[in-house]
Amino acid sequence: MSITYLDAIREAQDRALKDDPRVFIYGQDVGAFGGAFKATKNLAAKYPGRVIDAPISEDAMVGAAIGAAIEGMRPIIEMQFADFSTVGFNQMVNHAATLYWRTGVPCPITIRLPSGGTSGGGPFHSQSLETIYAHFPGIVVMTPATVEDAYGMLLSAVAIDDPVIFCEHKYLYYHLKASSLPTESLPIGKARIARQGRDLTVVTYSAMVHECLAAAEVARDEGYEVEIVDLRTIKPLDTDTVVASVARTGRLLCVGEAWPWGGVSAEVIARVTAEAFDLLDAPPQRLNAKDTPVPYHPNLWAAHRPTAQSVAQSMLRLLRL
Amino acid sequence: MLPTAVSNDPLAGVAEFRDQFIRAYRFMLHARLLDERLASLYRSGKIFGGVFLGRGQEALSAGLGVCLRQGDVFAPLIRDAAGRLAFGEHMIDSIRTYLGSPLGPMRSRDGNVHRGRPKEGLLPMISHLGAMISVVNGMLMARRMQKRLGTSVGAACLGEGGTSTGAFHEALNQAGVERLPLVMVIANNQYAYSTPTNRQFACDNLVERAAGYGFDGHTVDGTDLGECLETLQKAVDNARSGRGPQMIVAPLLRLCGHGEHDDSSYIDPRLKQSELGRDCLEIAEQRLVAEGWLSGEEIGRSRSELLAAIDETISTVQRESAPNASAESWQALSTVSLRDMSSGTEMA
Ligand SMILES: Cc1ncc(C[n+]2csc(CCOP(=O)(O)OP(=O)(O)O)c2C)c(N)n1
Repeated sequence: MSITYLDAIREAQDRALKDDPRVFIYGQDVGAFGGAFKATKNLAAKYPGRVIDAPISEDAMVGAAIGAAIEGMRPIIEMQFADFSTVGFNQMVNHAATLYWRTGVPCPITIRLPSGGTSGGGPFHSQSLETIYAHFPGIVVMTPATVEDAYGMLLSAVAIDDPVIFCEHKYLYYHLKASSLPTESLPIGKARIARQGRDLTVVTYSAMVHECLAAAEVARDEGYEVEIVDLRTIKPLDTDTVVASVARTGRLLCVGEAWPWGGVSAEVIARVTAEAFDLLDAPPQRLNAKDTPVPYHPNLWAAHRPTAQSVAQSMLRLLRL
Repeated sequence: MLPTAVSNDPLAGVAEFRDQFIRAYRFMLHARLLDERLASLYRSGKIFGGVFLGRGQEALSAGLGVCLRQGDVFAPLIRDAAGRLAFGEHMIDSIRTYLGSPLGPMRSRDGNVHRGRPKEGLLPMISHLGAMISVVNGMLMARRMQKRLGTSVGAACLGEGGTSTGAFHEALNQAGVERLPLVMVIANNQYAYSTPTNRQFACDNLVERAAGYGFDGHTVDGTDLGECLETLQKAVDNARSGRGPQMIVAPLLRLCGHGEHDDSSYIDPRLKQSELGRDCLEIAEQRLVAEGWLSGEEIGRSRSELLAAIDETISTVQRESAPNASAESWQALSTVSLRDMSSGTEMA
């Protein structure tokens, strides 16, 4: 049996609906149609009245999820693309994120954001918006990089009593396969060592984990062993695992598909520099998408975001410093 | 104007209406007096943020509050002190929130009108206008899924300015699509802060929008408690009995500044002289006396009793200790294991 990252997301939702009557799914085209990416295929028929088509109203979708959570439900909201979540931004960052702190009433909602670039996606179907959500207190931001994590972390997202922004990467939907679904997973908030090494720590997450793993093979050919830390959740950020890795390697490169300004890579570097400056043998570096909207043509897109080739170049440059 | 009789006995209907009128009036008076006390606390520098009054809107607000019952959902807005009291909010919640007491429902973390008790169906507004309506929708949708909606309804309040938001449009459309028992009450007090209605919307009467959202629409003179009660009761009953979402638009005039910092010099004096500028509290009192439902002395007694209770509650709250920053958890997540202990605010 072979299970894709997308299958894992559907299976996790199937299981959440099956195990917990408080769970329902609300989003555009998620019902009989099964969602733009088919992440809810067959679920409406299997769970009548619990997989609900929404009007094109991201603000009201999230608002309704907050209300349902107050009444004891555990809604999953599917944004059709992460890019459209900005229309629901106010409810997410000002309402869901503040509810527990203001009132003591938790807000267990999961908002799925089909994120990141795919060839031909263009400026409005490619964005990686994890940073802006992580900026706001009161939100957990998950960025799974593997089929196993897509499944396990989505189930955790639904179980957690706080609002979770679940950034699932569209590029991984079909590309990534596993032989079976996991029966257990690392705790939420713990990073994972995706590859062990001694010469350089690369901190990354989501689809970039795979570009970095490929780049690490290029570095190996040059005689270097690169350690790759997959953050899994960017908020909370597992600083301990990152610092422990830097203690082993003395060098840090952060890689993200999101834009550079004030992003996850900036946050990781700020923390490592503040907390472990004396462990660093070279200035920490980062590699992000270029600071422009995401371009449409594959030639431009491939140059806009980090790839195995550009990551490998950054790794080697830093290793030779 | 007499009410539609609720029972077959017309005299019982009249008595019921009279009782509801008197109840609503007491909440109006209570809210007016509480507002005035809060305004004087503001002027003497005892309140940290702004103070926002409901002067001129008490009939509409209290009218809605008395038509709701326990188990309903209520999302009041800036000028709903009266409706809140009628829905069951104790005035100490208001005073504690204005004065920032840690014992209030918002525990010093949020202030003034941003207060409520979500588990009791009273939603604490966020400032962003229009944002509360879809939350009410979600509560009603959840109850329907849980098969415990019964005859409960959700009511949301907004000013005419708030109707220009995308959130308002999305939420009303959503309530229409889901055919929810939502009662949307719009107080058209002629100004959104300083902006007059001709810079806010282009239709003659906002109630024209009701049809577009699949709502029943009602217009009511917001200065007349009797009419407010009649219209609101009808709308709430419609929603309770499964007739879908209801919109009530009530023209009236804001008889105060946007907040107590605002002298409202921009309000057109002709509006103040018009029917819209009548004080709903005075009109209600005139009717009470004319109908023989309450005497002038009884009204005077209510006023002094309420004032005494307000002053006593204010002194109680003023004796409460202020919040202690070092005792705060400074944590925004409820999940303890997910709290980020290294968030860069302190030296590692
Ligand atoms: C989305 C949003 N934009 C701006 C504001 C700032 N603001 C607070 S109250 C107000 C005027 C509101 O007017 P209206 O909705 O008519 O209600 P009223 O104050 O007249 O009761 C404005 C502009 C806000 N709270 N929310």
